[in-house]
Amino acid sequence: MKKNILRRVIIIAIVTIACLYIVLGPRRRDAAGALQWPKANDFTYAGIKRTLSENIRLGLDLKGGSHLVMQVQTGTYLKKLTEDLAPALENAAKSAGYNVQSVTPNTSGGNYQVVLTAADASKLSEIRDELPKKIDLSYWTSSVSGNTVTWTLPQGAQRTLSDQAVDQAYRIVDSRINAVGVAEPTLQRHGGQGSNQILLQMPGIQDPERIKKLIAGESRLELMKVVSPPNPSPMKTYATEEEAKASLGGQVPPNRRVLPYSERDEPTAAGETATPDPNRPTQWVVVESPAVVDGSELRSADAAQGSGGGDSNYEIDFTLKPTGADKFGAWTGANVGAYMAVVLNNRVESAPFIKSQITDRGQITGNFTEQSAKDLALTLRSGALPAPLVYLEERTVGPSLGADSIRAGVTSALGGLLLVILFMVFYYRGSGVNAVVALLLNMIITIASLVVFDATLTLPGIAGLILTIGMTVDTNVLIFERIREELETGKTVASAVDQGFARAFVTVIDTHVTTIVSSLFLFVFGTGPIRGFAVTLILGLLANLFSAVYVSRTIFIWILNRKGRRAETLSI
Amino acid sequence: MIRLLHNVKIDWLAQRRYWLIFSSILMLAGLGSAVTRQLAPGGTGAFNLGVDFKAGTLMRARFNQRPSEDAIRTALEQKGVQGALVQSTDKPNEVLIKVPQQGSGEQAQEQAQVDVGRTLTAEALTSLGPEVGGQIDSTDAVSAAAGRALRNQAIAVTLLALVGVLLYIGSRFEWTYGAAAVITVFHDVLVTLGIFSIMQWEIDLTVIAALLTLVGFSVNDTIVTFDRIRENLRLHRRTSLYDLTNEAINQTLSRTIITAGLVFFSVLAMVVFGGDVLRGFSLALFIGIIVGTYSTIAIATPIMVWFQQRLEPAKRTTVAPAGGTVATGGGAVAGGRGAKSKSAARGSQRTARS
Repeated sequence: MKKNILRRVIIIAIVTIACLYIVLGPRRRDAAGALQWPKANDFTYAGIKRTLSENIRLGLDLKGGSHLVMQVQTGTYLKKLTEDLAPALENAAKSAGYNVQSVTPNTSGGNYQVVLTAADASKLSEIRDELPKKIDLSYWTSSVSGNTVTWTLPQGAQRTLSDQAVDQAYRIVDSRINAVGVAEPTLQRHGGQGSNQILLQMPGIQDPERIKKLIAGESRLELMKVVSPPNPSPMKTYATEEEAKASLGGQVPPNRRVLPYSERDEPTAAGETATPDPNRPTQWVVVESPAVVDGSELRSADAAQGSGGGDSNYEIDFTLKPTGADKFGAWTGANVGAYMAVVLNNRVESAPFIKSQITDRGQITGNFTEQSAKDLALTLRSGALPAPLVYLEERTVGPSLGADSIRAGVTSALGGLLLVILFMVFYYRGSGVNAVVALLLNMIITIASLVVFDATLTLPGIAGLILTIGMTVDTNVLIFERIREELETGKTVASAVDQGFARAFVTVIDTHVTTIVSSLFLFVFGTGPIRGFAVTLILGLLANLFSAVYVSRTIFIWILNRKGRRAETLSI
Repeated sequence: MIRLLHNVKIDWLAQRRYWLIFSSILMLAGLGSAVTRQLAPGGTGAFNLGVDFKAGTLMRARFNQRPSEDAIRTALEQKGVQGALVQSTDKPNEVLIKVPQQGSGEQAQEQAQVDVGRTLTAEALTSLGPEVGGQIDSTDAVSAAAGRALRNQAIAVTLLALVGVLLYIGSRFEWTYGAAAVITVFHDVLVTLGIFSIMQWEIDLTVIAALLTLVGFSVNDTIVTFDRIRENLRLHRRTSLYDLTNEAINQTLSRTIITAGLVFFSVLAMVVFGGDVLRGFSLALFIGIIVGTYSTIAIATPIMVWFQQRLEPAKRTTVAPAGGTVATGGGAVAGGRGAKSKSAARGSQRTARS
């Protein structure tokens, strides 16, 4: 018995000291990166408070900050993919010498298909087998019927591609946040598979408007050829969209696009500065699709002040990667005199004509202020998002509100704790002290586990702690009531304690395992607040099995040892 | 030794009809409130859902000099914000502004309302003048799609947690015990939600956390009693399940009262000191503790006893005391044991699990 109790006391002491150190020990590191020993001033009230706030990671609801859930519009991505495939297929088929009537994309009702209609139905199988050699069609399944070949994107491929798009968007958002310099951001995929969501948390940021715009900035840059007689005749523009479409025979073929253009000045040679005039009406131009080069070929983009004066006189200078430069150089060399549209997010920003061959440089001019030019350059550098981002949730918490929540939560938790302690000592006398020790130890162990697992303490987490307090009290009450019952049947104190623990233990295990099992479900399938609740509850219940059963038992053994095995009374 | 409720002998199960009627009234009242509110034209909907579950923007604004709620509302309307709700909080210089989804059509469904609510409100607060010094302190903006997802997730996750409970109790006891525990938890959640519908208290994500806490607490309470019944079944093989259940409730009564009382007062402390950030949460817990404790005695045990008697005839062990006549079919046994005969007649079937 003596040896047994010694071992128990040692285990308890080690756990208690370790947990106390984890919770209250400072994590300062010296210059060499080694942990520093606590100093005397770490044990003052202010010191403990500081260490606590460093060790316990608070959720945004307690600390203040922004919580943004965004969704990648993968439908748009798949649609664009399908629409881009159509002209590519048409060009490939034509260049292989097949007589193709039409190639049309179909993206209605969650289907992504491209239908190719051939003049000669007997060539269909040949076309179907030949085209994948020129274009990557590995995600698409093809089928032949009548005089058409249909390429369809099956569900599985849609999911794979959507997932890739979300991953790509994730990386882009990540690089954009890093470029802006947000402190300690958390970025993660959010929701289940197929929800296409990204969660961004930024502590300390109360007004995320600018960052929101920056992150979701589409900045899809394309350099395209304008369908127009070459310089020196003026660029062909249309007053309305309908007029532009009419020039194409009423319907826009896959290899043409009609885009709005706010003319700021007469077309100038690339490199010359335009004089902004925002009052000119919007016009429309027809451009050739696909683009000569697009944003994925960008090597750098920087904001620069234009030569004119004024606040809105900034432009973005960009350079192209070698592959893009080759394409661009070849195209500009062959198209001297043609008009080139600098298209940003489906809008023609400027349309200079090609004076001479350009290889890897260009600029985007427009009504940019310093800030907007810098933000645009940043989003251009990080690459274009594969699909638009839409914000589903935006939560911001001011630091004072978070502090209020902590105060309210802690005050009421402490109030409850005090009440419980008073009652237990009043009702169970000596044994009540057991319960109090178990309760305090439980809190220390639970918080220490939160620190160790680097879990975040949120408002629902505090709810979990309160339920843990309830369960600790319940465990103690169960055991004590059982010991009382056993004493009543005339058992000796020692055997009543033994029996009381043994009998109550079954119940304690059942209640704890049930709650842990249901909390595990919450942890696995829940997100955000529900998860925070589950984590604290699971950790608290595990700690409770130790503190309310093992530790409490040890104290009883110790008391009985002092009184001797023949003890007649027990303060309970 | 201070003793509470020592050696009580109450025939709890005898009251089961009244419990059932009482619970039915509670649930029907909640259901009635939910249905009439849902159907009433221009009504609020079954529940007063917070922005977490219903698209919109909830903001907390602080002022140097707080203008009247009407002034804030007027300023909001001038900026084109329709149907804004302005409420005072427990702090004198603070208001809650709840803005429903702005605009209409596809665009508003997703993007606009997540951005617009806050932007317009910020403009409205600025328009009140610099001396008012209005500032948005916190925002919760949720789009319709995200609100739907959060609501579905809350429901799905709660149901999954209940399945876990059912599986565990089913394996530790008998499936009837598990079913009784789960029905009880359903009862608790429904009654609590019903009261929230009647009182039109707002339901947000923290209320869901409270409901989950209540599920844990209620199941815990139920298991303590079931455990005692199981133990009694082993110890007294010749007593009816009916009597053993009553005995188990009586034996654990002091524990039930002490635990529930302590938790109840802790939650009361939270209602009083927690402030309005925690209000919904603490109110849900407050009701949940009462309902959860009541339901163990009033719902869980009668249902379990009833299940055992009716649904598992194959497993029945009829205990017929000497001289007793066994009546088949109805599950009733006429007992001949003097004082116990009344209760024995109500059902002396028991199922013991070894």
